[in-house]
Amino acid sequence: MRVGTISRAPQQERAIGPSVSWLDRILAAATLISFVAALYLAFVYAPTEAVQGDVQRIFYFHVPIAWLAYLAFFVVFCGSIIYLWKRSEAWDIAARCSAELGVVFTTLVLITGSIWGRPTWGARWAWDARMTSTLILWSVYVVYLMLRAYSTDRQRGARYGAVLGIIGFADVPIVQMSITWWRTLHPAPVVSLEGSGSLPPEMLLALMVSLLAFTLFYVWMLRQRIQVEWLRAEIDAAREANERG
Amino acid sequence: MTPLVNQVGAILWKDLLSELRTRDLLGGMVLFGVLILLIFNFAFDLRIDNVAAVAPGVLWVAFSFAGMLGLARSFVQEKDRGAMDGLLSAPIDRGAIYLAKFLGNVIFMSVVEAVCLPVFTAFFNFGVVSVDVVAIALLGTCGFAAVGTLFSAMAANSRARDVLLPLLVFPISVPVVIAAVEATSSVFAESPLETRIRWLALLGAFDVLFGVLCFAIFDVVVEE
Repeated sequence: MRVGTISRAPQQERAIGPSVSWLDRILAAATLISFVAALYLAFVYAPTEAVQGDVQRIFYFHVPIAWLAYLAFFVVFCGSIIYLWKRSEAWDIAARCSAELGVVFTTLVLITGSIWGRPTWGARWAWDARMTSTLILWSVYVVYLMLRAYSTDRQRGARYGAVLGIIGFADVPIVQMSITWWRTLHPAPVVSLEGSGSLPPEMLLALMVSLLAFTLFYVWMLRQRIQVEWLRAEIDAAREANERG
Repeated sequence: MTPLVNQVGAILWKDLLSELRTRDLLGGMVLFGVLILLIFNFAFDLRIDNVAAVAPGVLWVAFSFAGMLGLARSFVQEKDRGAMDGLLSAPIDRGAIYLAKFLGNVIFMSVVEAVCLPVFTAFFNFGVVSVDVVAIALLGTCGFAAVGTLFSAMAANSRARDVLLPLLVFPISVPVVIAAVEATSSVFAESPLETRIRWLALLGAFDVLFGVLCFAIFDVVVEE
């Protein structure tokens, strides 16, 4: 167990090195291409929805962003567990960076959902089960980031973050269940328009390509963010070594 | 090695004794709870016709906010007085520390609830003291204290601890608040038993799941 010092990761963990590798270049190019494709498919190719009109096209971004948010927090969960088990800083860095991305995605979900809700429901917020659960999810992981920021030293911050990462994720299904039950008792004034039956193939294609675009973006951005954190850790270690000797 | 029960009892007794002698926290918690009820009277203008609808929410806001004061106490005092090192180097299970602090928090919150329920009945002329409500309050308190004790240990060792503790506890304990408020309101509305049982089951499941999880993970939080 390390106390206060940072281990230099062994060579195989440093596959994410400080220089931009060919994998990062490919990821960046693939992300760009799939985003362009997703934009075309969502705004031009996909047919206009009968009831909602063009506003429905937000769906092609809102839904993949939501799925990516859950993926990001699942990565936080796994990273937290493995960090507590192996005490390897790489996993803590991965968890923290994924949490940042998860908060960004969840914020976008809430904002795009609100934008979508205004013309379709007439309300920017509806306190329906899914929106409320997402808001709680958002606050749990914002608090995760604050906990890391308010920690007094790295190792403690990593441990506490891992604990919250595990407890927060374990709580998510219970929060959703309780809010859904609450909503069945007190029905919302507006009915959620998401998930209305099966999608025609063109819409499904647009959705899948958009999902691919955001997933590639997540992976690429996560790698970039982790690289920056490794650099920061190296600088801190060098600074500490300099101060000591 | 003394049995776990004795270890928990020793630490719990120390905390209770310390509180009884200084009496600095419990009075404050109780008064805070009563003041919240008072503020809600102005916030909602609680008359007899609307009190049944808002009573569960008002009560649980009072319980959780007053409880938050008590949660902070459980580890901040130890840390500030340097007693935490003593506790950690004593030949006891780390889990015993968690259990003792958890029970202490449950006891303090229960005292606040035991005062607030009759006070509410008196202020608003609406009977809230019943076996059902007390049982729900106890289950909810256990759930709240289970996660609150763990997070209090974390917040005590961080900066801005007063701000951080409510931020940690409230989002995670949303199921407890929802279930407790809904169960209490189903008691007042005399809903079918099935509704009440569902919420009680959720409270019980939360208590067990997070009680075990927080107990198991507490070692990680206090390790040095």
